[in-house]
Formats: sequence, structure tokens, C-alpha cells
Amino acid sequence: MDLSSINPILLLASLMVAATPVLFAALGELIVERAGVLNLGVEGMMITGAVAGFIVAVETGSPTMGFIGAAVAGALLSMLFALLTQVFLANQVASGLALTLFGLGLSALLGQGYVGVKPPSTPKLDLGMLTDLPVIGRILFVHDAMVYVGLLLAVAIWFFLARTRAGLILRAVGENHDAAHALGYKVVRIRFAAIAFGGACAGLGGAYLSLVRVPQWTEGMTAGIGWISLALVVFASWKPGRVVMGAYLFGGVNVLQLNLQAAGAAIPVEYLAMSPYLITIIVLVIMSADRSRAPASLGRPFHASH
Amino acid sequence: MKLMQHLATAALALGVATGAMAADKTKVGFIYVGPIGDGGWTHEHNTARLAVEEHFGDQVETTFVESVPEGADAERAITQMALGGADLIFTTSFGYMDPTINVAAKFPNVKFEHATGYKRADNVSTYSARFYEGRAVEGLLAGKMTKSNIIGYIGSFPIPEVIRGINSAYIQAKKVNPDVQFKIVWAYTWFDPAKEADAAKVLIEQGADVILQHTDSTAPQAAAQEKGNVFTFGQASDMIEYAPAPRISSIIDNWGPYYIERTQAIIDGTWTSTDTWAGIGAGMVGIGEITDAVPADVKEAALALKDSIASGAYHPFTGPLNKQDGSAWLAEGETADDGTLAGMNFYVEGIEGSIPQ
Repeated sequence: MDLSSINPILLLASLMVAATPVLFAALGELIVERAGVLNLGVEGMMITGAVAGFIVAVETGSPTMGFIGAAVAGALLSMLFALLTQVFLANQVASGLALTLFGLGLSALLGQGYVGVKPPSTPKLDLGMLTDLPVIGRILFVHDAMVYVGLLLAVAIWFFLARTRAGLILRAVGENHDAAHALGYKVVRIRFAAIAFGGACAGLGGAYLSLVRVPQWTEGMTAGIGWISLALVVFASWKPGRVVMGAYLFGGVNVLQLNLQAAGAAIPVEYLAMSPYLITIIVLVIMSADRSRAPASLGRPFHASH
Repeated sequence: MKLMQHLATAALALGVATGAMAADKTKVGFIYVGPIGDGGWTHEHNTARLAVEEHFGDQVETTFVESVPEGADAERAITQMALGGADLIFTTSFGYMDPTINVAAKFPNVKFEHATGYKRADNVSTYSARFYEGRAVEGLLAGKMTKSNIIGYIGSFPIPEVIRGINSAYIQAKKVNPDVQFKIVWAYTWFDPAKEADAAKVLIEQGADVILQHTDSTAPQAAAQEKGNVFTFGQASDMIEYAPAPRISSIIDNWGPYYIERTQAIIDGTWTSTDTWAGIGAGMVGIGEITDAVPADVKEAALALKDSIASGAYHPFTGPLNKQDGSAWLAEGETADDGTLAGMNFYVEGIEGSIPQ
């Protein structure tokens, strides 16, 4: 075993990159679920974002446009889900699953001409002095803008939910949509907005995969990350801070276990391979020993006439 | 629950309907482990499926299901295909071995072909390619091209198929570069671009400047391209879009002729359960163009090795070879028998680390 071949600075830096796709998707789904809607279509919206972002970035030559395109595509696709579940009152679980299948198929179709194409590279954010800081600078301040956008988004969502009136209304809709409706809040409209936000975030997460983390377009390239994001929201007890922690923990342990394998650590590889899932679940389950629970109206259909 | 019942009935009805319609055509089904656009393993199987369609025209109808997980779910997919009236079903991944055997027992009139496995039955054939012959050529190139003397290897699952590839590549790399060291990472997936890219990046960060992969996507190629000054090989498919660098050569699986031959046997009624294991010589394993990033003399040596393997003059596992623990395996001039190769579960001497059990 030669652990000295692991460079902790590079390890921590790649942890931040590995965590970002999950972070985006999970934050989006958190808002959706806090509004009382269970959208199982995260995987489908992510992969659609991945292909849309890739196509836009390649065609315009601008990764920024790519990310915007991905967010729009994710939001558009989620509107299909919103229409089915909020207007036609279709079953949310079935519609979400259908959205995933649809997204996977649609993305494969759209991406046909883009296999093997190299996307424009996403520039690292120039943070000047900060990057020159010893150790810390080379871990924290060497990334592209999206890594920081993800973290800022988590803070913004926390602030929105905990400190703003709009956030309170969103939570009210998620906890008891009948009461919220009785108070005069437009439940369906608010849920449409939440679902669109969730779709946009999932799209960004997908585009981060296809534009930065891999970077290429391959059919089915999300390979289950959407599902991990969904699980993460539950294990994080619908709290943005814990979502960040969970995403970083998952990404971090994943990169760490690959590093340990490459360094030839004397831990059986099976345990290393399962460790990201195990450790993330254990930590978040222990943390959720307090009385946090799911939004009370989660997954229940709402119609004003009921 | 009611909905599920309705769906099940509908699916069954659909299956029966298509089965009846296709009665006069030979129906060939394919089960894929990844998406057909993975750019690697499944892509090549699908190319071969299209070759079958083109060769037989209206005589044959093909169907496929992609991204079928290995394990219990595979059994469901294969059963569905058999119910749908398929005459011949190719299950194209190692993990479909037991599901294929199980389903085959229930459908004695349907013929099955399982890729890379070792369990056969009266209506189950096995077929595979001697990818390790291609790995030997890659190993030679890798050993010559590395400057850091560290070669990264992304493994999928610790099965004989993959272990054979690692050993074969290591033997040739060691031969041309005695200082070479292999760093092996197991991804525990055949297809997960993000994870494969992460694995490639980790190996590069730990000093590897040549990466061999035994996973199906082109993600490691993209990761290597991003980092620069790292060489890779196309896996299963040519992956030529990453040439001339990082991709300096490739192993190409060519299943088309075999699939056509087996489909013909079904049409003629001559199909029997067989075990096929063909290599470079028979054309089932191809070596993709060696690019100009490789010096001419190295390229020449690689092609010479390829030719000697193809002609049968040289076997990639030729003694003297010891196992990892130092015990003797092959004596001077002795070559490995197919039985040992098919069940290979040990590293050869010099490789560090242990195989996950």
C-alpha cells in the first residue's frame, strides 16, 4: 500500500466536482417535494438537461449558453409532469417514472449526432488572489463557476425556505394544500413553479455531467445519478444544508474509494465500492434522528373542488 | 395493483399478437447491458444486429432491449422476449449467464446464445472473443508509451474475462518495460460514464499516463483528453473520434459474421449448442488503427505481435510464467490451456494488489 500517491489537495478538489451534479438535482427536487409534489422524473430531466446543454454548448460554442439551455430544457420537460399531475390529476409516481423513461428516450434521439463530439471547455473561474492561497486556494478556488453556483443555490434555498414569506407559502402548500387553498393561495400555480424550478436544477446537474465532469455526450450517461439525488433528499430530511453535506459526502467517499483502490489500500474492494452509499446513508440517518419528517401533503393530489 | 394487472394483460396480449404475426419470419432477439449509443460494447453488438438485418432482409426480424440490468431483471426481459416469439436470443453480457440458463430451461424450443459465459445447455450456446489477444497488443503499446511507468487499468467486475485482459496486457508491458507498474481500479459497473471518468482522473492524478479500460463508455477517453499527455485505447469499439490522441489504438469486437452464421443455422434447422471462442485470427477481435502518436518502431513491433498471434505462432500466455504468489504456472514454452484461461482467477507474478473475491 502506498497512500503517499494520493494527493489530498487533488482529492478534495475533485470531490467538489464529483458532488455538483447530485447537488443540483437534489436541491431542485427538495423544492418540489417541499411544495408537496413527488417527482420521480429527476433522472429523465437530468439526462435531457445533459443532452440539451451539450447541444446548445456545441452549437453556440458557449458553455454558459449550454447551462442556460439545459435549465430551460429541464424545466420544459418538467412542465409535462406538472400538466399531468396538477391539471389532469394523474398519479405522481406513475407520471414521474414515465417522465424518466421519456427523458431517456428523448435524449437518446436528440443526441444521436453528438456522440464523440468534444464540447467547448468550461473555463475555471478566475478568482485571482484566492487561487494563490496555499492549500485552501488549490482546493476551493480552482473550479468552474457552476460548483459555486451550486453552493450559493443551497444557501439561497435555505434562506428562501426559512426566512422569506414566499418560502413559508411554499411550505404551507406542501404541508397542507387544503388549508393553503382556503387561505387563498394558488396551490396549483405554486406547484407548477416549484416543479419548473426542480426541472431546471435537474437540467443543470445533467449539463454539469456532460459539459464538465465527463465531458462528452453518451446515451444514458446519468446512469442512476437522478435516483441517488432523489434518495438524498429523503435521507437529508428535506433540509438544504443536509443535502449539501450528503452530496459532498457521497461525491467525496466515491472519489476517495477510487483513490484508495488505485493506491492499493489493504481494504477489500467490495467494501470500498459500497462505501459511498453506506456512509452517506448512515450519516444522514443518524442526523435525522431528530423529529424531521416529510411534508405532510407529499405525493397527494390536489383539486380545488375537493 | 389493478393498473399493474391491466398493464400485464396488455403486455401479454401484445406479445401474443406480435408472436402470431411473425410466425413466418425468423425472429432474433438481443439483450443489451448498456444503451446502443454507448460507443463501446453494446454499440458493437447492435452494429452486428444491423448486419444480420441487412444480410437476411425480410427473412429475419430482429428486436432488442437495451440497458437491461444484470441479475433478476434480466430474467424478466429474456422471458418477455421468448414469449414474444423469438427463435434465437443473444444475451450479450456476462451477468446474464444464470438468467439465460433459467429462461432456456422454460423455453426448450427457443435457442439462446450467451456471450462470454461458461454455462451451456442443449438450447444454450456460448460465444466469446479472445479479447486477451488484443490486450497483449495494447500491453506492448502501453509499456512502450508510458513515461511515468505507471499504467492505469479501469476494471469493471472481477470476472475471468477482465482478469485475463489485465494479465495479458501486463505480461507484454512488462516484457518491453521491466519497470512498469499497473494500478487497477474496479468500477463495479459496465457502463457509468461519470464513474468511469472519475476512475480515469484518479488514475491520472496518481501518476498514470496510459489508461486501459474494460468498461463500455468513452468517458475515460474524454477524461484523458481533458488532462492531456495521457494515452488510451478504444474498448470494444474503435472510439476513433478520440484519435490520434489520447486514443492510440483499440480492440474492436466484430460480432457480425458470427451472428449471421448462427441465424443462418436457425433458418436451416442446423443449430446446435456450441462453444465458440475466436480471436484475432478469425477476425472476431480487431485491432484499430495505431495512430501517429505512436513512434514507427513501436507501431511495427505491435503489428508484428498482432500478426504472430493471428497466425497462431505466438500465444499471449506463453511460459515461463508464475502466478502472483510466485508459484509456477507455465513452464518455459508452455502455453495456457483454454480451461484455465476461461476460469482465470489469479494475477500473474508482478501485478500488485489482490483480486476482489
